[in-house]
Amino acid sequence: MTSSGFPWLTALIVLPLLGAATVWALPRSQRRIVRHVALGFSIVELALAVGALLAFDTSASGTHQLSETHAWISSFGVSYAVGVDGLGLALVLLSVVLVPLVILAAWREQDGDLDRLRHYVALVLLLEVFMVAVFAARDVFLFYVLFEAMLIPVYFMIGVFGGVHRRYAAVKFLLFSLAGGLIMLVGVIALYLQGPGGPQGFLIDNLVGANIPVTTGRWLFAAFFIAFAIKAPMFPVHTWLPDAAENAPAGTSVLLVGVLDKVGTFGMLTLCLPLFPEASRWAAPAVIVLAVISILYGGLLAIGQKDLMRLIAYTSVSHFGVIVLGIFAFTSVSVAGSSFYMVNHGLSTGGLFLLAGYLVQRRGSQQIADFGGLQKVTPVLAGLFLTIGLSALSLPGMSTFVSEYLVLIGTYARHRPAAVVAVVVVILAALYILLTYQRIFTGPVRTGLETTPDLSTREKWAVAPLVAIMLVLGFYPAPALDLVREPAKVTLELISVQDVPAGAAQTASATEGSNK
Amino acid sequence: MTGSFTAPAIAWAQLTPVLLVLGAAVVGVLVEAFAPMRLRRPLQLTLSLLATAGALVAVAALWNGVRASGGTVVLGGSLIVDGPTLVLQGTIALLALLSILVMADRTETGEDAFSPQAAAVPGSDYEEVARRKGLSQTEVYPLVLFATGGMLIFPATGDLLTLFVALEVLSLPLYLLSGLARRRRLLSQEASMKYFLLGAFASAILLFGIALLYGFAGSIRYADIAAATHKVVGLDGLLLAGALMVLVGLLFKVGAVPFHAWTPDVYQGAPTPITGFMAACTKVAAFGALLRMVYVVLPDLKWDLAPALWAVAILTIVVGTVAGLLQTDIKRMLAYSSIAHAGFVLTGVIALNTQGVSSVLFYLLAYGAATVGAFGIVSLVRERSAVAVPVAVSVGAVGSRSEDIGEAADVATQGSVLGEATQVSQWAGLGRTHPVLAVTFTLFLLSFTGIPLTAGFTGKFAVFSAAVAGGATGLAIVGVLASAAAAFFYVRVIVLMFFTSPAGADADGAAAAGASGQPTTTVVTSEGFAVVAIAICAVLTVLLGVVPGPVLDLVTEAAKFIP
Repeated sequence: MTSSGFPWLTALIVLPLLGAATVWALPRSQRRIVRHVALGFSIVELALAVGALLAFDTSASGTHQLSETHAWISSFGVSYAVGVDGLGLALVLLSVVLVPLVILAAWREQDGDLDRLRHYVALVLLLEVFMVAVFAARDVFLFYVLFEAMLIPVYFMIGVFGGVHRRYAAVKFLLFSLAGGLIMLVGVIALYLQGPGGPQGFLIDNLVGANIPVTTGRWLFAAFFIAFAIKAPMFPVHTWLPDAAENAPAGTSVLLVGVLDKVGTFGMLTLCLPLFPEASRWAAPAVIVLAVISILYGGLLAIGQKDLMRLIAYTSVSHFGVIVLGIFAFTSVSVAGSSFYMVNHGLSTGGLFLLAGYLVQRRGSQQIADFGGLQKVTPVLAGLFLTIGLSALSLPGMSTFVSEYLVLIGTYARHRPAAVVAVVVVILAALYILLTYQRIFTGPVRTGLETTPDLSTREKWAVAPLVAIMLVLGFYPAPALDLVREPAKVTLELISVQDVPAGAAQTASATEGSNK
Repeated sequence: MTGSFTAPAIAWAQLTPVLLVLGAAVVGVLVEAFAPMRLRRPLQLTLSLLATAGALVAVAALWNGVRASGGTVVLGGSLIVDGPTLVLQGTIALLALLSILVMADRTETGEDAFSPQAAAVPGSDYEEVARRKGLSQTEVYPLVLFATGGMLIFPATGDLLTLFVALEVLSLPLYLLSGLARRRRLLSQEASMKYFLLGAFASAILLFGIALLYGFAGSIRYADIAAATHKVVGLDGLLLAGALMVLVGLLFKVGAVPFHAWTPDVYQGAPTPITGFMAACTKVAAFGALLRMVYVVLPDLKWDLAPALWAVAILTIVVGTVAGLLQTDIKRMLAYSSIAHAGFVLTGVIALNTQGVSSVLFYLLAYGAATVGAFGIVSLVRERSAVAVPVAVSVGAVGSRSEDIGEAADVATQGSVLGEATQVSQWAGLGRTHPVLAVTFTLFLLSFTGIPLTAGFTGKFAVFSAAVAGGATGLAIVGVLASAAAAFFYVRVIVLMFFTSPAGADADGAAAAGASGQPTTTVVTSEGFAVVAIAICAVLTVLLGVVPGPVLDLVTEAAKFIP
């Protein structure tokens, strides 16, 4: 499985690292171009990712491609092994699409303090290194290292650049994640001892199918799952997310919720399920219950939020519930739907956070009650907010609809009650999105908001690509589904569950669904 | 009688590291006695650096021979030069070298960390005169070399008496060094006294244990005792009591709970560069001796000793972590952190497999590098006294004024640099004012926390996987949970440095604090020595985290004791 040809993934990992180093190394006199340099790096990275997509054989998206394997710490059995299947590639693409937008949106943040902004964009690029690498990691140890190390840039992004309670939020975020990660560490160590061992003993390919005793397997599953559930975040270990999102700068929230939290669900899908098939089947009922609780709880709490950022955070708790539900429903439709949902959620929530960031920047407040009537003053902002809001409530025509539909229909085939309860998510989402839109954008214009400027060209450009991608994938989801459908089937084979063909499995392309 | 004595053939070459350091220490004493005052410092410094560097080179030179032969017994069995010995000696020599660099730094203030006249009563006129004269003593260098020499012998000992002698050779200079702080002399002397009394007590227990083991086996040689554990029957009480007492003596040096009570006080009171030296090198040496004791002498007592060692390890981890959470003084915090780390290393010791040995060897290097670096940084963060001119002085002028006075080398206390700012709260905002220093300190803290891509993580992973492989999964779980809790107090310092404004608000705030009579926090410029040491520690911390492969292979290969 050693590499042949251009090392796409390594290049994707190294380039942002160079970018971060360059940004930090820029001499004082060149501070002015810091943003341009960072944006340049992120756009080249995007181009590189498109190159990787072209090099990727979509017809075999269930296998891991673009692979490279090198010995790293052979006495621990650790290799530097990267490779992506369709899902990994989709999430890598999501990450590299969001980063330039975040940099663009942060253009005037930090009150024009270019020195602080320099640190911020450098941290964003550093985070991009970890995001790309973690979705490409094919070695459990490497995955763990990246899983933990990526906390540090986020910790600083929240703690240094965040809002009023940034210290509390940053520490809470770090301690929750570290606690989860350390529990996983015990699992990682014990897993190695269960596997074949040797200098490549941590390669996922060598560990899959290891003959793990039932009890041990369940313990190991729990160690990994808790870490991922904290990361995702699921009820009842979600409490760090609202605080983090409330206090982090909008751009940080985009990456935190849009990409980083996906590492949790990605980990469930690519580590928990294939490595511990028996334990996954054993735990599935409990996980599904938790997922359904997350869906309802997150949705209900979102409706009650006064703070815009907290609201979006709770909507994510709800959406992550849907993703986890789809994963543990164990049908190829639901798993593919969840995979696609991960990408869509990143686009949709990313967009919401960016727009919320614009609003907060204009008003200097995150309280929804401080807004009102903005539709008349800032029609473009209002329109974009409504569009992206509708994607969050999975309006047909948006890519989110396709994925939510697939998850629900796939789940319905196996766990009818769970799917029925989970459908409530649609109503809850409509409530929290439309109520928020109503409070912020309709009604009489609040005093002090009459002269609010509408979006600048730069700000529009930071959001428009997201809307475009969601619309394109909403009407023509085939390319994305091609990437995720095969990996879903492979996963189901690995956990040796008989696939239940969903009633509408043949509509998996869902084009007709979106054209309703 | 004399006729029957045959002198053992001595493989002098195997002893080069020890001889170099102890020889340099003796020469250092002569320099102290005969060289003119202004020459002493350069001479002593060169001598110490050459000696430790030489020891490092000698270790490297011996390595190939040991790799081929597996090890040599020297001095008729008193010393054993094998893989673990060389790795530990190399680690000690390297860390001592770095510590000496930190000690040598006089910073921009022109003062080192040591008392100009240690014999003077604190606060007396005599002391004041010595200080005004700008006296500085160089006795620390030979003392440190003697201690280092003892540490080099400690993990290599092959019999119980040599063990005891090495223990005393390394301890006595440390007791003295702890009392040499230039500032907070009373605290320093208290630390010295406390360390001495408790250390003497621990030595006595060790000695008593030695006597019991001798009574059991009829020999003080490790090999003989190990053999006797199979053969001799009916004296299990002697063996067990003796073994436990020897372990207590060693665990005291390691700073394991419940023998840790001296650690926070001594770490706090001792001059900071000495604290770094003690925390890093003593721990390496003592764990080396402990490893040999547990793996070579007492492996057959595994089932008898395991409960005691488990209890000590768990207590050490838990007490170190929980007490660390409550500290407000950075040196005390690092002291409790070192206790917790001793517990983590113990989990590797208890694993009782070769993986355990190699993981402990690696952990000690990783921990030592971060420790010397962290204390090196602590020694640079100082208090600057408030201007004692009436508070009415215009606020804006204060900041610049105090600097002027400092630069004018006015030794009067006003506006001059004082001792270290050891209150954690005084570190607020350092990330804004001194980003490079704060980032480096953060790196060391992250390594202590065990964040991936730092040396601390690799070390933790190594000891925990050794523990799990050795059947001590419970210990690994305790260790992991404690790591999560301990993260809180490391992170707290990071929060203060980066997420808090310095002393209230920005520059104005600092000045205002100065005017209100509170000393402000400042970072003194190093002469260069400390910066070099800290930089090396930082590079080691990153390298051992990102590419630990070569070092791990080395310690794995070296992790074979010979009886």
